[in-house]
Amino acid sequence: MNAPATNATNGMPAESHNLSVYVANKPGVLARIAQVFARRGYNIDSLVVSPAGDGHYSRMTITAQGSREGLDQVMRQLAKLIDVMRCVDHTGEDAVVREMALVKVGAGIEDRTAALQVVDHFGAKTVDLTDRSMTVLATGESGKLDALVGLLSRHRIIELVRTGKVVMARGEQVT
Amino acid sequence: MTTDAMDGGQALIRCLENEGVEFIFGYSGGAAIPVFDALVTTRTKIRMVLVRHEQGAVHMADGYARATGKPGVVLVTSGPGATNTLTGILTAHMDSVPLVAITGQQIRPMLGKDAFQEADIFGITMPVVKHSYLVKDTNDIPRVVREAFLIASTGRPGPVLVDLPKDVTSGPCTTDLHAEPDLPGYHPNADAFDRGEVVRIAEALARARRPVILAGHGVLIARAERELQLLAERIQAPVTTTLLGKGAFPETHPLSLGWMGMHGTAYANKAVSECDLILAVGSRFDDRIVGQQDRFCRDAVRIHIDVDSAEMGKMIPCHHTCVGDARAVLQELLLHVDALDTAEWLARIAEFRRRYPLRFRRKGGLKMQHVIQEFYRMTEGRAIVVTDVGQHQMWAAQFYLTDHPNRFLSSGGAGTMGFGLPAAIGAQFGNPEATVVAFVGDGGFQMTSYELATAALHRLPIKVVVLNNHYLGMVRQWQELFYDDRRSGVDLEGNPDFVKLAESYPGVRGFNLRRGADVRKVIRRALDVTDGPCLINAEVEKTDNVFPMIPAGKPLEDMIVERPRHRMEKPTGST
Repeated sequence: MNAPATNATNGMPAESHNLSVYVANKPGVLARIAQVFARRGYNIDSLVVSPAGDGHYSRMTITAQGSREGLDQVMRQLAKLIDVMRCVDHTGEDAVVREMALVKVGAGIEDRTAALQVVDHFGAKTVDLTDRSMTVLATGESGKLDALVGLLSRHRIIELVRTGKVVMARGEQVT
Repeated sequence: MTTDAMDGGQALIRCLENEGVEFIFGYSGGAAIPVFDALVTTRTKIRMVLVRHEQGAVHMADGYARATGKPGVVLVTSGPGATNTLTGILTAHMDSVPLVAITGQQIRPMLGKDAFQEADIFGITMPVVKHSYLVKDTNDIPRVVREAFLIASTGRPGPVLVDLPKDVTSGPCTTDLHAEPDLPGYHPNADAFDRGEVVRIAEALARARRPVILAGHGVLIARAERELQLLAERIQAPVTTTLLGKGAFPETHPLSLGWMGMHGTAYANKAVSECDLILAVGSRFDDRIVGQQDRFCRDAVRIHIDVDSAEMGKMIPCHHTCVGDARAVLQELLLHVDALDTAEWLARIAEFRRRYPLRFRRKGGLKMQHVIQEFYRMTEGRAIVVTDVGQHQMWAAQFYLTDHPNRFLSSGGAGTMGFGLPAAIGAQFGNPEATVVAFVGDGGFQMTSYELATAALHRLPIKVVVLNNHYLGMVRQWQELFYDDRRSGVDLEGNPDFVKLAESYPGVRGFNLRRGADVRKVIRRALDVTDGPCLINAEVEKTDNVFPMIPAGKPLEDMIVERPRHRMEKPTGST
């Protein structure tokens, strides 16, 4: 994400945080937000941006490592940006966190059955199939996708694309 | 274009008029021609001050803003014209100064194609602006201008950049010039604050035996001087300020400790290191104030009132924090505080004052402090003092006491050399009747001395006092104290004859000052000049040092008040 690879934790324990940032859909917003992280030495692990509301707004879900104190500062700086409506940390909170992965596996006709058993077990789907490869679509929590990818890597993984996390607060809480 | 249709440039000028703009500090260029043309075709009453370099324009707008409290306006062209504003924008951003910087830009179809004088100024300035715009539609101009002024001047003020492609300013503007701002994400926290927290702050104050109030620039921005003084007098708490907070509390008041920090008064630093409660209002606990972060007021109750929630806990964790406008919060606080008996504490502070007064030795060569102190006496403390950056800046802050708001202008956060002269020009434009004194060093002065032309052209009666030690004195001081006096990159050999330089501009008077005995006489002659700028070249002692001094990153307790006999270790806590 064009940010230095080191995490500025100031000696505090680093933990993974899921920030949901609701922003005006204007040019330069992503750059301003990325700069808040980069200037303080934070690396963004994953970032999902999509239109929200009536199209005048965007939702950004940002996963980053850092101490709670450090990320509190980052969130205050984010909230201060004119184009940011609100910024909420859903870490350790009652929130639904999901991710999607597309895995292209080099499984030919002879070892396809084994791969399909894994796909079936994880509730994933095959969305593309050729003589030499199959593409698997899976959704779930990041840990589940890690496990799926681990098992599929016994076959040859040709390509792997993950979306990064999306988050929604449970129940009546606002994301 | 039909006769009654406006183009974007004309709409821009009308919108600036609606914002009450009196001056534009600018420099023309290809991409900005439609706007400069509109200055003529609209017959506007806004005065365009043509500067000599874009950096000068921004510092002028900055000085105007600091001295008047109104946003300063800059107008420059694209590419290098725009990038030359960068240092000035940083300076304003660090010190929370309201500015609107308008830059010309290549036409829209050429953006991103490395066209002539194209620079991505929107991207380049992003980390040093409060907000910025690249305007793509002529009809957006009225809304963008309204938003730019609103953002620049409310909440915690700051610079806003408006980048205007030439085809946007040339195109027709068909919309209403009175546009409403559309800023759903902007909450400047003007009056909304936690009243319960104010009650808890009042309770903490009631328990304090040795309270100190630290007043920052935020007090001046919020115009909260009166409330601050009422509070200090009611609870009999001594008040210290930050460098930029000078003027938030009268420095001649018996409860004033002067300003604190790296080169602040020893008695202020002593008081802060011994207090049992610190109430910081409108200060961001700059590293020049706190020294070693984890030692700052370690055992005291720490209270922070500031309009910017992002300052809470950034440098110093506090027991009580209140995000809100300083004036509104202090007004509320005054409803809840009663008189305190601090007689014992004030007696101890009086002892600090006796033991560690601000002073200097008059023997030897001419001293900067002597020149500054005489200026203070002869102007009866009424001048608007503008400084550059370095030793003279610290001495000006020490020896020119500030009793009134917006009368001490200095680049604090950025420490921008070259700020002094152009900022003084802006301050004088905003206050034509005031005596404006610019204390500058021979280093910083040469970074923007070309703006003497602007001062001369407009016959501004600024007193430019070059405190000339032929060195970059502050760096030389650090080299003396921390680097075994190895002087590197600090000797300004090759300085011009500043009096001749000044007098080469039409109508500028120059005076040399070499002896202590002549100080009053030369200042009198300078103060008598009222029809244009004058310059005093004061040949001062070359190797004097500024004290008190807290080595960077050290706790306040490590303050030294005179040159130590032993070699000191190199500071590592801050620059």
